[in-house]
Amino acid sequence: MTAGRRKRVSICDYGAGNVRSVAVAFRRLGVEVVDDPLGADLCVLPGVGSASSAMAGLRQRGLDEALRERFQLGRPMLGICLGLQLALDESEEDGGVPGLGLLPGRAVRLRGGRVPRIGWSTVEPGGDAFYFAHSYAALTPAATAHSEGVVAEARLRSFVGVQFHPEKSGAAGARFLERCLSHA
Amino acid sequence: MPLPRLIPCLDVDHGRVVKGVRFAALRDVGDPGELGAAYSDAGADELVFLDVSATTEGRPLLLDLVARVADRLAIPFTVGGGIRTVADAAALLRAGADKVAVNTAALERPALIGELAAALGSQAVVLAIDASGGEVHARAGTKPTGRRATDWAREGEAAGAGEILLTSIDADGTREGYDLALTAAVADVVSVPVIASGGAGEASHIAAVLELAQAALLASIVHESPARLGALRAELLSRGVLLRDAA
Repeated sequence: MTAGRRKRVSICDYGAGNVRSVAVAFRRLGVEVVDDPLGADLCVLPGVGSASSAMAGLRQRGLDEALRERFQLGRPMLGICLGLQLALDESEEDGGVPGLGLLPGRAVRLRGGRVPRIGWSTVEPGGDAFYFAHSYAALTPAATAHSEGVVAEARLRSFVGVQFHPEKSGAAGARFLERCLSHA
Repeated sequence: MPLPRLIPCLDVDHGRVVKGVRFAALRDVGDPGELGAAYSDAGADELVFLDVSATTEGRPLLLDLVARVADRLAIPFTVGGGIRTVADAAALLRAGADKVAVNTAALERPALIGELAAALGSQAVVLAIDASGGEVHARAGTKPTGRRATDWAREGEAAGAGEILLTSIDADGTREGYDLALTAAVADVVSVPVIASGGAGEASHIAAVLELAQAALLASIVHESPARLGALRAELLSRGVLLRDAA
């Protein structure tokens, strides 16, 4: 933002998920929300719902290829919740769904505790609490933060994926999105 | 387990937050976006908006309300009341809601739960159960169904509900404490999170139910003012209840 130009963020809308809340959260930070997955300063892959319908929605709109191309170009990307899981090699949801393969690893069903895992939970390192709502979680060597033993964040090259919902995580979520923008 | 949640519940009618005694003498108390933001600032972990307008002409206003709330809030919120189809629910989620709560419509047509879960994911589907004497009641608690709350909760979970919002009709409005026996019975038979509702009068009631349920719904206890929520949070923290640091 210091460059004087408004950052442009593209949010992948593939027919499912709470795109509006993600857009609202970014607009609060002074960002221009655009439909330009390749050219934007940051491309966001949001997501709630099932892995198979989400992957089908991405393919239908050609977004799977656009996301792979963006990753190859090393341009900043943020995956949220299912958006993190879709970036992996595969998900065991719906009997097995191939992912985008940006990050090594797979999404597996949560075991133990109450599932879906819903609520605020502290993420380490950092110590802030974020809002989670999920039944599957990433297993990946790219994990960079955890919450109660669950992968909360994974990073590889220009991709950052979080299992929590920064757009629904109050002040801590806004601070997280601001950090993403500062690197975009 | 994630941290225990405090969830203020606001009744809405024709796009406005209203207050009334048992759906009678509804009084306009404010804008949903402004009140929602005030509760969020006071430390609410989530919010529930319950549409009490039984009429169909209030429905488009509900979508507009959800969009306005989503513009103001940065915490999750659930919308309930009158949702009968996947299309109803999907429109509310696209407008910015995180979850929908279904009650009577699911009792009348249990397949609705599975349809919602398949389309939106279980994490977006809350099964609201009103119970008295352990028996489920439909139509805002007025119609006994002959079904046990524990059986219906288990059935709802199997069909794909991601949370159970359990209201004790017996405790509701008494301010004498949550129905701990009902809450324990339902929490024991399901593995999805349980939100306990009905009967909160003071912090000790909330602390007690959060030993059994994953979240506590707060209605009349916080309706005088959002500041009351802040005071309750402080008291719960001093009692050792681990709430999130909302700063």
